[in-house]
Amino acid sequence: MSTIAEHTVGHVHRDDIGSRLGMWLFLFTELVLFGGMFLVYAVYRFTYQHEFHVAAKELNTSVGALNTIILLTSSLTIVLSIIAIRKNNKFLSVFFQISTMVLAFGFLVNKYFEWNIKIHHGIFPGSETLLGKGNGEIIFFGLYYVMTGLHALHVIIGVLLIEVMAGYTIKGRINSTNYVRLEAAGLYWHLVDIIWIFLFPLFYLIT
Amino acid sequence: MNGEHLESTVEHKPTYGIYILVWLVLMMLTGVTVAVAGINFGNITVATALTIAIIKSYLVLTFFMHLKTETATFKIFVGVALLFLLISIALLFSDYSFL
Repeated sequence: MSTIAEHTVGHVHRDDIGSRLGMWLFLFTELVLFGGMFLVYAVYRFTYQHEFHVAAKELNTSVGALNTIILLTSSLTIVLSIIAIRKNNKFLSVFFQISTMVLAFGFLVNKYFEWNIKIHHGIFPGSETLLGKGNGEIIFFGLYYVMTGLHALHVIIGVLLIEVMAGYTIKGRINSTNYVRLEAAGLYWHLVDIIWIFLFPLFYLIT
Repeated sequence: MNGEHLESTVEHKPTYGIYILVWLVLMMLTGVTVAVAGINFGNITVATALTIAIIKSYLVLTFFMHLKTETATFKIFVGVALLFLLISIALLFSDYSFL
């Protein structure tokens, strides 16, 4: 079976550079999506400086820092999975991809508990407790839920993507000579990481 | 195997070491951000946090996202995208003069 694949691969047109460039173009649309939200954040952060500081005290810095460590490590494991497949080490590549998914799952579990505690304290969009606070705090938590929520959605999409890539790697569709799909998934995952790099200090570290 | 395949596969010998090193630096910078956040620098606090975040993003873009080994086209594309983001930030701040 492998001999058939070797014979056909030479005839299939493939443009890895074009594929990666396409992925980058998509990432730019993500940059605009999150960039716009960061702009909204900037305006209200300066308009309601004091209230943002007070509101941020509600957030747990340790959970935020832990999630930063988890996400940075998952970025490392996904890049190592690409190196492993380039070295033709299928087992190690799949292992690193699964590690990335496990770390991402840990991130989401943390996020779940974090949001859960907030909601138990009555802090969620439209709640009486929150509406009783000042405008700045309402906006802070609105932005907090929308931005970390949209980011968490990207984490979920990233996990699904990597899951598909792990399947491809096991089946051999991603291999040492054809790994551009894994690279694209990796690029997406790193973007998710970069967004968190900015979310973390802006929401958790402003007390 | 035609040239197109070779172009992307034989760029350089892949090694794990550099990525682990970058990861260690990223961890260190995270530690610095958390530690610095406890100290009140006044207005510089935000600037410090953002500077560290920008350094971290640069490392992720250059090494993890392989911009270092990509062609000039990629670097120009990213540069243009960031330039437009910068323009929107600049225009916004010209509208809301906070300082």
